[in-house]
Amino acid sequence: MSKPLPRRADLRLIVQLVPPGGRVLDVGCGDGTLLQTLETEKQVDGHGIEIRNHRVEACMRKGLSVIQGDADTDLPDFPDRSFDYVILSQALQNMHRPREVLDQLLRIGQRAIVSFPNLGHWRARLTLLCRGRMPIVETSDTPRTWYDTPNIHLCTIRDFLLMCETLGITVEEGHAVGRDGSLRRLGEVAAWDTLWTHQAVYVLTRPGQSASGG
Amino acid sequence: MEIDTAGIDFAPIFTLDTKLKLQSQVELAGAQCAYQTYGTLNAERSNAIMICHGITGDQYVSGTNPLTGRAGWWNHVVGPGLVFDTDRYFVICANVLGGCLGTTGPSTINPDTGQPWNMNFPVFTVADMVDLQVRLIDALGIDQLFAVIGASMGGMMALDWAARHPERVFAAVPVAASWRHTAQNIAFHEVGRRAIAADANWHDGAYREHGVKPEKGLAAARMVAHITYLSETAFQEKFGRDLPRDSKLSFVLDPEFEVERYLDHQGKTFVKRFDAASYMYLTRAMDYFDLAARHDGDLAAVFRGVGTRFLVVSFTSDWLFPTAEARTVVRALNANAADVSFIEIPADYGHDSFLIESATDFHDVLEGFLDGTARRRGLKP
Repeated sequence: MSKPLPRRADLRLIVQLVPPGGRVLDVGCGDGTLLQTLETEKQVDGHGIEIRNHRVEACMRKGLSVIQGDADTDLPDFPDRSFDYVILSQALQNMHRPREVLDQLLRIGQRAIVSFPNLGHWRARLTLLCRGRMPIVETSDTPRTWYDTPNIHLCTIRDFLLMCETLGITVEEGHAVGRDGSLRRLGEVAAWDTLWTHQAVYVLTRPGQSASGG
Repeated sequence: MEIDTAGIDFAPIFTLDTKLKLQSQVELAGAQCAYQTYGTLNAERSNAIMICHGITGDQYVSGTNPLTGRAGWWNHVVGPGLVFDTDRYFVICANVLGGCLGTTGPSTINPDTGQPWNMNFPVFTVADMVDLQVRLIDALGIDQLFAVIGASMGGMMALDWAARHPERVFAAVPVAASWRHTAQNIAFHEVGRRAIAADANWHDGAYREHGVKPEKGLAAARMVAHITYLSETAFQEKFGRDLPRDSKLSFVLDPEFEVERYLDHQGKTFVKRFDAASYMYLTRAMDYFDLAARHDGDLAAVFRGVGTRFLVVSFTSDWLFPTAEARTVVRALNANAADVSFIEIPADYGHDSFLIESATDFHDVLEGFLDGTARRRGLKP
């Protein structure tokens, strides 16, 4: 049974980044496309949390193990290191408390994979600079206005890396996803990266935690 | 007068060859369990689903109920090609311990005296009901149920099955249920019991000897309970303040509003199919239910080492077993990194939403879960 790969470039990349066979939690798993792909392509033991009812229903129709819940409040329930990988794809900016959520991801997972839109992209900067308007970041929800968007905590790549540093989180690898879906490895973040990266995908771990997960 | 079960064959009935030890330490000899099955047990004996009925439910989950002549209470989901596809699964539904449709309870004969047990029947618990079912699947040669599912009291049973017999349950689906009966739940039950006991025909539970039945008390108990099974929205939309005649007030104290007449009908129908003593005992069993009690209130400890796959379901308008209770179960399961799914289904009908034929979202969720679980269990499609 061959399932089509997810359309979103960051999801296709995440599928590549997750090693086969582990226990995976997808936080904000949407309709379960990524989880389903990971289960069929990587034979992972997949679990998900999703806040919106109709999406949880979609996951359940696929036979996935998904909890209707809120990442902002429900992650503390899970035991330490109960997952090999915890994924937060395009959901960091929706969190009320992104710092606490990131902290939780690395408590319950050996590793975390986080993808988010980069507000430092040149288009966003140009919008603010030239038009004097709040940049609108295109995500699956395609918000049109600053006051009507679930993207309440947008950040730039630099912001994100600073937060990781504060939390004692180590970046194992970073990837840039371009607007056209092209992929590029992110090294030491240079000004160029922050300008051209549409979405960033990071694999994170925390020193002191076993790095043998996966 | 008892409920009219004369001439009804409750077979198959399984008789225990050894005593059933109850939580109260009382040992019940010669206990019997009436049950129904649908579909075929496969060669590996791996496709059995135990459906646990609610407090006033019965084993006639599908087909025609011989007592009421009506369709089984889950007829719309159990059958060939349906959610509980009897071409694929072997469905078992057993009348619970203390019930009144063939299983040992207050209305059956105490073998020691040759008389009905009546109020001499030992007080039993949800765990005791489950243990009787454990003996049943032993007798059927089933080591592990593919799934245990139940709503309301049946959901308590599903939780108890998984908590105390995890190796016997591959998947558990508690629906519209809680891990304990709350003070409010107990309070409503006590009103029901008090109504029955206040009926002049109750005779301290010896009504059978007097050839009468506490019908008014039992009907009142059912009316109260029925209110708790529906949401305020359901009542309002169904009846509002409607009056049957001329839409004018009659200035009488007799039942006048449509909602009163509806409850009256519910009460009268109920007493024809249910035994008052059974109702007393079963409400008590639910009141005693507290899954965490064995672990000093630590619900997470209850599920330690439990490998069962869970689906927990609640309904938005259920105020009898509200979502918060279900979430507490989910949190306790998460604390064990258990395999758990949870969904709160949008439904206006209240606690009884699980019985509604049009609850297609609920049915789709069940079907998806069973299908995904079957894949994990290696059951053929």
